[in-house]
Amino acid sequence: MGKTIAQKIFDSHRVDNPSGDINVIKLDAVFCHEITTPIAINDLKSRGKYRVFDKNKIKAVIDHVTPSKDSKTAEQAKIMREWARDLDLKDFFDVGQNGVCHALFPEKGYVRPGYTIIMGDSHTCTHGAFGAFAAGVGTTDLEVGILKGVCAFKSPETLKVELTGTRAKGVYAKDIILHVISQLGVNGATDHVIEFDGSVIADLSMEERMTLCNMAIEAGGTCGICPPDETTVDYLWPFIKDGYSSKDEALKDYSQWMSDSDAEYSKVLKLDISKLEPVTTFGFKPDQVKNVTDMKKAPVDQVYIGSCTNGRIEDLRAAAAVLKGRKLNSSVRGILAPATPKVYREAVKEGIIDIFMDAGFCVTNPTCGACLGMSNGVLAEGEVCASTTNRNFNGRMGKGGMVHLMSPASAAAAGIAGYITDPRAYLD
Amino acid sequence: MKDFNGKILFLDRNDINTDEIIPAKYLTEITKDALKPYLLEDLNMEGFDSESDLPGKKVIVTRENFGCGSSREHAPWALEVNDINIVIAENFARIFRQNMFNCGMMAVPLEKNQIEKLFSTFSGKETELKTDFAGSKFTFTTGTESLEVPFEISDFDRSLVEAGGWVDFADKNY
Repeated sequence: MGKTIAQKIFDSHRVDNPSGDINVIKLDAVFCHEITTPIAINDLKSRGKYRVFDKNKIKAVIDHVTPSKDSKTAEQAKIMREWARDLDLKDFFDVGQNGVCHALFPEKGYVRPGYTIIMGDSHTCTHGAFGAFAAGVGTTDLEVGILKGVCAFKSPETLKVELTGTRAKGVYAKDIILHVISQLGVNGATDHVIEFDGSVIADLSMEERMTLCNMAIEAGGTCGICPPDETTVDYLWPFIKDGYSSKDEALKDYSQWMSDSDAEYSKVLKLDISKLEPVTTFGFKPDQVKNVTDMKKAPVDQVYIGSCTNGRIEDLRAAAAVLKGRKLNSSVRGILAPATPKVYREAVKEGIIDIFMDAGFCVTNPTCGACLGMSNGVLAEGEVCASTTNRNFNGRMGKGGMVHLMSPASAAAAGIAGYITDPRAYLD
Repeated sequence: MKDFNGKILFLDRNDINTDEIIPAKYLTEITKDALKPYLLEDLNMEGFDSESDLPGKKVIVTRENFGCGSSREHAPWALEVNDINIVIAENFARIFRQNMFNCGMMAVPLEKNQIEKLFSTFSGKETELKTDFAGSKFTFTTGTESLEVPFEISDFDRSLVEAGGWVDFADKNY
């Protein structure tokens, strides 16, 4: 019987099998941010274990609230800063260099096919877009990861989502993943890796694959995984070119992290996306999904474009295509948070920031920002946000607020119209 | 080992998420104790009032997919500092479940029909849980009525509970 990508990664990283189907696996990278790491750092200190398993394999960023907004967040940042300095971490990103972790780390080339990665952040599943096993964990797992370079997981059962058909105009990776989640339900993939496959995936860019894998957790998935291919190699080439004589050689090496043709899946979900339309969530769970045209012009107060789901340059381009030459409705405020400094700089060069500002958007620095209601862009009671983020829980973006998840193009269209509407009306 | 006995809070809802257990705005705290007043502050459930329903409760019994959403271990910590060390549900989100055992706490799944029976027999009444950890058995009691329910957790989870959590276990073994 063949193996899935996740099974191959586990087999090559297993250091122990303490009981039943529990595997302790070796980690290739541990990612850290300032919300879940400081308590781990303090606990390690108090245990007399103020050290790291490998200073080159820990990547740290301040991203959720940055620059600090008050004394408490300043303290969190300070703990991270001192830790990175004391333990001589090779890669630490502070104000001026920092961006949303799941956009910044791939951009820096820190993720490779076959890697095992953990982070104290549920959307760590994003990195599976590169054919890696990447999972969100709590602070204790993070602490052990920092200290020992290992983490424990159940043997990964894999749920295959096979996407075929032709994507219609105005339909983006965000629409696809929201549709998938609506089919699986919010716990349809619990304790499973979701492997995305099919002709649609082959045609997606790395950025789009990251959008897809980012939301695997919203169906309960441990990780989303895309098989590595030419697109993966092209994206990684600047970082790997010294290790391979050609892209073909890299591709051949990475093909060891493809599922076997006779691999066993616990479930296969086949979806033809040809008839898929732009969609949005309408409740407080990410599996409550409707076509935007069925939203009866539901009004919005705020548009938020950014986050680890949809704050990358392609997302900004898609929104700008809708916004160009248009203005936000007078009843709507718009916030753009480019995910990383690189994205911000590219958006400036391409004239995208001008398009957003001409439309009336406030452009903030790269940060997680409004997504989880910790920083700027928090909603007031009863307010509604059209958002490109990944989670619409009750009160997520501010107590009493409502979040509708959608693609950057749909969010931009909602900003112009003042209500949720079809972005295709604004696309040439 | 932590205490897994005491009065039960019944939460009759599916998909209670981590934002409802502890809202993100409190994640700027860097001590567990600071989370104590905010447990279940944003829980969206009719008839629930955290100020009157939480005090004195040591156990939560709920429906399916408890703890979905964020990786924040602040969710188990907010329970822990309120002396709630055990949640019993149909099933749990993976990260939340692992966080519980990593802290030496318990997230115990029971069959849907067993959970239904607990709700129909004990919800709305003052009910106590007694946990026989070694014997893998719960006893639910209200007044003169009593029900024994066996439970299963993996040997690995059991060793984490006994070790008091994953840090000490991992540092000793790896």
